[in-house]
Amino acid sequence: MNRRQVILDLKDLRTRFHIAEGTVYAVNGVSLTLHECETIAIVGESGCGKSVTMLSVMGLIPVPPGEIVSGQAFYRGRDLLALSEAEMEHIRGKELAMVFQDPMTALNPVLTIGRQISEPLRVHLNMDHATAQQRVIELLEQVGIPDPKNRMNDYPHQFSGGMRQRAMLAMALACAPSVLIADEPTTALDVTIQAQIIELVTRLRDALCMAVIWITHDLGVVAGLAERVIVMYAGLVVEEASVDELYDDPRHPYTLALLAALPRIDRRRDRRLKSIPGAPPNLLVMPHGCPFAPRCEFVFDRCRAETPPLLPVAIEHRARCWYDVVNGKPFE
Amino acid sequence: MIAVQAPSTEDAMQTSQPLVKVRDLRKHFPVRRGLIIERQIGSVKAVDGITFDIAKGETLGLVGESGCGKTTAGRTILGLYPATSGQALIDGIDVHHSNREAIKMLRRKAQMIFQDPYASLNPRWTVAGIIGEPLRVHNILPDPQARAERVKELMLRVGLSPQLINRFPHEFSGGQRQRIGVARALASNPSFIVCDEPISALDVSIQAQVVNLLEDLQDEFGLTYLFIAHDLSMVRHICDRVAVMYLGVIVELAERDELYEHPLHPYTQALLSAVPIPDPKKDRSRQRIILAGDVPSPLNPPPGCRFHPRCPIAMDQCSRIQPEWREVAPGHWVACHAV
Repeated sequence: MNRRQVILDLKDLRTRFHIAEGTVYAVNGVSLTLHECETIAIVGESGCGKSVTMLSVMGLIPVPPGEIVSGQAFYRGRDLLALSEAEMEHIRGKELAMVFQDPMTALNPVLTIGRQISEPLRVHLNMDHATAQQRVIELLEQVGIPDPKNRMNDYPHQFSGGMRQRAMLAMALACAPSVLIADEPTTALDVTIQAQIIELVTRLRDALCMAVIWITHDLGVVAGLAERVIVMYAGLVVEEASVDELYDDPRHPYTLALLAALPRIDRRRDRRLKSIPGAPPNLLVMPHGCPFAPRCEFVFDRCRAETPPLLPVAIEHRARCWYDVVNGKPFE
Repeated sequence: MIAVQAPSTEDAMQTSQPLVKVRDLRKHFPVRRGLIIERQIGSVKAVDGITFDIAKGETLGLVGESGCGKTTAGRTILGLYPATSGQALIDGIDVHHSNREAIKMLRRKAQMIFQDPYASLNPRWTVAGIIGEPLRVHNILPDPQARAERVKELMLRVGLSPQLINRFPHEFSGGQRQRIGVARALASNPSFIVCDEPISALDVSIQAQVVNLLEDLQDEFGLTYLFIAHDLSMVRHICDRVAVMYLGVIVELAERDELYEHPLHPYTQALLSAVPIPDPKKDRSRQRIILAGDVPSPLNPPPGCRFHPRCPIAMDQCSRIQPEWREVAPGHWVACHAV
């Protein structure tokens, strides 16, 4: 169905962290594809492995304690996970760029905003000082910072939260990357500022034909932004579908439960919220069987014994579940 | 200057006396400069004249963006900050102008649940100590044995296993810690609880658990809540009435569905339109009002209507005259020249 070229193809990624308490099984076999100019969202709660997945792709996992046990990440045919750090440095920030949740900790407090945005320009594009300055002003203008000529000499603390996130975006966009990875970029921001940032990213995405991976826990943000959604739980992809299908016809009990647990701003209250019992699993123990089984309302014997594979349930729609929620009985 | 507001809506609540009355309450924080000769160079007007009532058994939502003064408002209403001027009455007790005896009684009647379940529990105390503290300091249950029994009862009520009574906070997950905070707030049998963003630090699947718990407790004990939050969807779900704050003032207050279906203040309209809806088709077809710029500094709020520099429909008078707080429909209050 998707005629655009695959730009990023992630295959069976497994990332672990070896810490004093044991091994954290953070990512347990994640595969995903991203097409040119496409926006996908990775959704899940804290600790589901959504950030670690993309940090692994970017080569930003500290080793040790981290370890990428297996997997391949093909970017335009090259396996990023097999590259040396020196080779990766040519790609990171140039071809694939990342924006982080907390712009205060992601920016260097002792360097001016302009200096930080010009860094990728000088490193990747070998621009001289004057050209880089000029480009920084353009970039800041593009992300909507007023008076960029003067503001580029400011330090991060002189910017508000929304402006810092814009500056981060300007830095990420500096080399016109093909893939932008946004890790909860609006979680720390107020809703009106979040709306500004989302509007900005969508506009730039369409203008530059950039592929975007938006990592978030907010099913509301995803609805207006992504074409395709990947739901993660305990380091596994549990459901993958087009955005319309995921919300209209969710097939994994976890997705169903998440949507039912969400209050709606556009509707009158008609019921209590449906809560999901228990808590997300402890990843110090490799989950046996389906990781959602202890909290699932449809659980039966097979779920506790075998981890289900990601099964196709409709066209371009897959779910990792033994239970057919549509017909109300186990598969087969 | 600001009209005193009658208790809201056509609900049954109208007949009952308000439990909480807030009248033109202000809280300014002085800003000082200089190391040896300190002088005040200004003040942050965190709360600058808010007025509302909360009826017994009602949940009033207080919403706004970070820095709008909603948390300061909650704390000043409970007397955790002295008020700069104005009045807050809880069950007839003047929070800021009463003797020690009355304030001590107030501390039993009015409690708070905090946002951060990590910072609001003493890491060196066991659950028994944390939940039992109000029972101890108020001499409600001086006997340690009886206190432990009551703590276990409270733990059971908020969905924690009483066997965990001797554990420390770090042994619990975020959702469980927030339950400890709820149990502590319940210990002294309060009638009024200020919930300051009680769920924003929790995961989506855990938020619903805590919200349902708060609702059950309200039904069971007839509690009155002031629910401070920035999550407008959750506020619509659990609040009876909602007040919208911007830069230290309330710009609109109405019954829940009235506010969400007929917002009158341009800030409320922009705020509501910015909230994403978890429904792709609906979200795409929605008209979004994108506000320009950031919230101005409360150190030097704009003159006239505080929202005028960002307001899409600002008129000439908005920058000069502070709009009057008036009731435009029964129970629907708004401060805007254009309404």
